[in-house]
Amino acid sequence: MTYVRPTFRHPDLPKNNINFTKKDYEGALSTLCAGCGHDSISGAIAQACFELSVEPHRIAKLSGIGCSSKTPAYFLGNSHGFNTVHGRMPSVATGAYLANRDLLYFGVSGDGDSASIGMGQFVHAIRRNLNMVYLVMNNGCYGLTKGQDSATADNGSKSKAGSVNPFNAIDLVGLSMELGATFVARSFSGDKAQLIPLIKAAIKHPGFAFIDVISPCVTFNNNVGSTKSYDYVREHIEATSTVDFVPIMEEITADYEDGKEITLHDGSALQLQKLHQGWNPEDKLSAMIALQNAKDKGEILTGLVYIDPNTNALHDVLQTTQTPLNILKEDILCPGIDALEALNESLR
Amino acid sequence: MEPTNVHDPEYYHKVVDCQYACPAHTPVPEYIRLIAAEKYTEAYMVNWESNVFPGVLGRTCDRPCEPACRRGRVDEEPVAICRLKRVAADNKGDITHLLPKIPIKGNGKRIALIGAGPASLTVARDLAPLGYEIHVFDEQIKGGGMMRSQIPSFRLPESVLDEEVNNILNLGIHQHFKTYVSSLNSVLDDGYDAVFIGTGAPRGRDLSNLPGRAEGQANIHVGIEWLASVAFEHTKQIGKKVIVLGGGNTAMDCCRTSRRLGGEEVKVVVRSPFSEMRASPWEKEDAQHEDIPILDNHVPVSFVSENGKLKGMTFEKVHAVYDEKGKRSLVPTGEPHAFIEADNVLVAIGQENYFPWIERDLGIEFDKWEMPSVNSLTFQSTNEKVFFGGDAALGPKNVITAVAQGHSAAVSIDLYCQGKSLDVRPNPFTNLVSQKMGIHEWSYDSIVTNDDRFVVPQAEKVLTLKDRKKEVELGFDKLVGFKEAERCLNCDIQTVFTENRCIECDACMDVCPTDCITFTTNGTEEDLRTRLMAPSLRLAQDLLVSDTLAATGRVMVKDEDVCLHCGLCAERCPTSAWDMQKFFYNTTKAHHGCGQH
Ligand SMILES: Cc1cc2nc3c(=O)[nH]c(=O)nc-3n(C[C@H](O)[C@H](O)[C@H](O)COP(=O)(O)OP(=O)(O)OC[C@H]3O[C@@H](n4cnc5c(N)ncnc54)[C@H](O)[C@@H]3O)c2cc1C
Ligand SMILES: Cc1ncc(C[n+]2csc(CCOP(=O)(O)OP(=O)(O)O)c2C)c(N)n1
Ligand code: SF4
Ligand code: SF4
Ligand code: SF4
Ligand SMILES: [Mg+2]
Repeated sequence: MTYVRPTFRHPDLPKNNINFTKKDYEGALSTLCAGCGHDSISGAIAQACFELSVEPHRIAKLSGIGCSSKTPAYFLGNSHGFNTVHGRMPSVATGAYLANRDLLYFGVSGDGDSASIGMGQFVHAIRRNLNMVYLVMNNGCYGLTKGQDSATADNGSKSKAGSVNPFNAIDLVGLSMELGATFVARSFSGDKAQLIPLIKAAIKHPGFAFIDVISPCVTFNNNVGSTKSYDYVREHIEATSTVDFVPIMEEITADYEDGKEITLHDGSALQLQKLHQGWNPEDKLSAMIALQNAKDKGEILTGLVYIDPNTNALHDVLQTTQTPLNILKEDILCPGIDALEALNESLR
Repeated sequence: MEPTNVHDPEYYHKVVDCQYACPAHTPVPEYIRLIAAEKYTEAYMVNWESNVFPGVLGRTCDRPCEPACRRGRVDEEPVAICRLKRVAADNKGDITHLLPKIPIKGNGKRIALIGAGPASLTVARDLAPLGYEIHVFDEQIKGGGMMRSQIPSFRLPESVLDEEVNNILNLGIHQHFKTYVSSLNSVLDDGYDAVFIGTGAPRGRDLSNLPGRAEGQANIHVGIEWLASVAFEHTKQIGKKVIVLGGGNTAMDCCRTSRRLGGEEVKVVVRSPFSEMRASPWEKEDAQHEDIPILDNHVPVSFVSENGKLKGMTFEKVHAVYDEKGKRSLVPTGEPHAFIEADNVLVAIGQENYFPWIERDLGIEFDKWEMPSVNSLTFQSTNEKVFFGGDAALGPKNVITAVAQGHSAAVSIDLYCQGKSLDVRPNPFTNLVSQKMGIHEWSYDSIVTNDDRFVVPQAEKVLTLKDRKKEVELGFDKLVGFKEAERCLNCDIQTVFTENRCIECDACMDVCPTDCITFTTNGTEEDLRTRLMAPSLRLAQDLLVSDTLAATGRVMVKDEDVCLHCGLCAERCPTSAWDMQKFFYNTTKAHHGCGQH
């Protein structure tokens, strides 16, 4: 048994603004199948957090059950993490977010975890607009339980054993837009150039940011006839635009005649080029039409799909305290009998 | 970039930094693994095949492999390659049955070797098994050349040297010791088919024109002559106060030897700044450890004698100034001259070649520095029968260079004696074999250990300074040798990429601990190096570039620079597009004949 990751790293690794190298954003060595798309997404998440100079201890990773939900063990080893029961990540995320609004919440889920057992939870997290990144590693199957079709498997997609899926797929991207998510994107595990800037923008987005990442399962769903295999996805992929994330204070150098720049809430920007015909990421209707058109043509539309940079997340809606509960002092948490009586009085 | 041609044996050879840097191209990781497996005899023979004197070199090699070692780029210090060689030599079993057999019937060719240093002995070893009748001539009483006359016994015990020299002389070599060759012409007249000249660079430089030199004569010695006279026991003591002039390894041997022959206040005085001295860092450390101060930036002005007896020397103090081109000049500081007392002065400021015994009408061209013109690949001179090697060929270097040149010259002599062209050199022997045993299992220790380089223990100073023959270094014991061996990254276990298997899942790129692997669009080398996962600053390290990949039209680019050869890329690849394969490379020696191993 010789499966151990050496501790040596490249001697000239660059440092980010807070003096960390990529090593500080790594997790344990993955135990997923070799070649799993999920691992590539883990790498992209770590890279995005490194590039954004997020302090690892300011991040909380949340997940459910599945190979995808295991991945938080394989990135951001210095961050907080909560592995919930199957499909229940949104509830734990809601509680954590309400208790401590200062952390950056990164939810990782699977298509089974979100579109089947956790569907009821998933839709309410969107409806409530938690300020979090919600990333689904979408392989069209239940990887951890040996590859049964999931609810995102396309109608007509063939399983490794040869059976054809007779049901229509739930499209999590369309669904989240319908439910009012203000940041919606789709990507592919094999396209880090697109995925990393999308993750960075999602982190910067002040409300619920949803990314559906198609992530081939090499062991159970990478066969000929599957619509979630590496080959099929590469052949059918179509991008809304190229995406570039530009941090705050950095000058935008490229010219973007056929493009668009979207300023994010904190002043950083998304620079989009080669825009898909008729599509405007800030116009929900055009985004829905683009999605439907792609679907009709059998294309997989990736990239940023829809964004509304000015959104009111749950804390703003509820006007809760700015201070995380764990550092609220007793005198504020427990204002005394007079305050209680005044409250009761106001309700009479 | 064009796809890398991995069928060129030099491509993978270059990845094995240590072996590539070794003048004799010793398969270093191969013998290090054998040491880890406690196969000391086999490890010794892998060395013996390439460098002929593993016991000697395991103690004294200049070790050009170590600054090149990949481990030194990811860790504080390289693998102790040289001292591991000694572990093999110290612990080996009987090797007599492994030595080459000499054919009963010779091939009828007679070769004369002049000088019995490492260069000549290598030629002898390579040619004797082919049936050549070898005659070796040396003015000394025994073989070994400067390994015997110069390298002091406290660094290289005589028994170790004798054993390795005799292993060669016992291959039926005709020995003519105590025989100074005073005429090359007469050797040629004896009808040898070829003559090899391995006479070294025997003349030490002196400061003949420095004021006071003649008056102090009785107490001033040229370093290498003095060391030889100590080695052959003509000189047994020296004064209490000794100045050693010079900053090279000879100076270090002179000062340390002086400490053992009665020198109490021994000082090394050198013109250049300390950091620019030619001596190896470890030699300087060992000298300082023996309480020998090194005074730098002191230029000799005169020897001072009183009543015919040497009293000391005066020096001018200087400092180094560099012009825009980085050229150094030593500029006086203006301080008063320094006087340093001395009973003896040893002048160790360099050696030169000296060929008074080669007649200049034999067709051997000499240049204006009186150096023979020698082909640096074939080692043939302008007289086709006469070959040079070692310090005699291209000026003073070291033992391992002498050995490497001996191998090349032997190949040339063999080709020459068969009437073949010397320019068609035999190809190296190479072999590439997968190391995969199963899932997570490789036939080499792929785990990278975190140990720092182990320090070689030394005998106590009070003991070693009393006896010039007491070896200072004790060598690693077996356990420490094992741990040091485990520091080796197995750079010969190559990452072999097969593009048509790759599905571009990125797994290898993500898992690689040192960010060696990048999938990107192709470009020129200069451009690609700016777009890799990690900075690609060491341009001497190659990029492995794949053919265009089917799915995306990109290429796979691997920077070989800091690959740990951990095999994780191959572990994580779902399609075995990566495989770990052992690359064995051995330069072909004359005794291999047509190139089979
Ligand atoms: C003080 C000192 C310390 C050194 N330490 C090291 C070390 O630690 N590691 C290292 O790698 N290298 C070291 N070297 C260098 C190394 O010893 C030489 O580079 C190496 O020995 C050269 O080998 P060679 O075969 O070319 O010749 P040599 O070893 O010089 O042998 C030449 C032989 O030829 C004989 N000879 C010369 N002329 C004639 C003639 N006309 N007739 C008959 N015989 C003749 C000489 O007696 C001598 O035996 C050291 C050198 C010196 C001076
Ligand atoms: C309550 C509950 N029901 C069922 C399971 C069995 N189970 C484990 S993982 C999984 C599906 C995971 O699929 P997905 O979320 O797509 O993750 P993947 O492994 O494909 O990444 C199921 C059904 C469970 N662990 N808990
Ligand atoms: S790590 Fe081992 S194989 Fe690699 S250069 Fe160093 S000694 Fe040679
Ligand atoms: S063997 Fe592979 S994974 Fe390991 S350092 Fe080299 S390229 Fe990277
Ligand atoms: S792990 Fe294998 S298949 Fe995946 S990108 Fe690397 S070489 Fe290609
Ligand atoms: Mg799944």
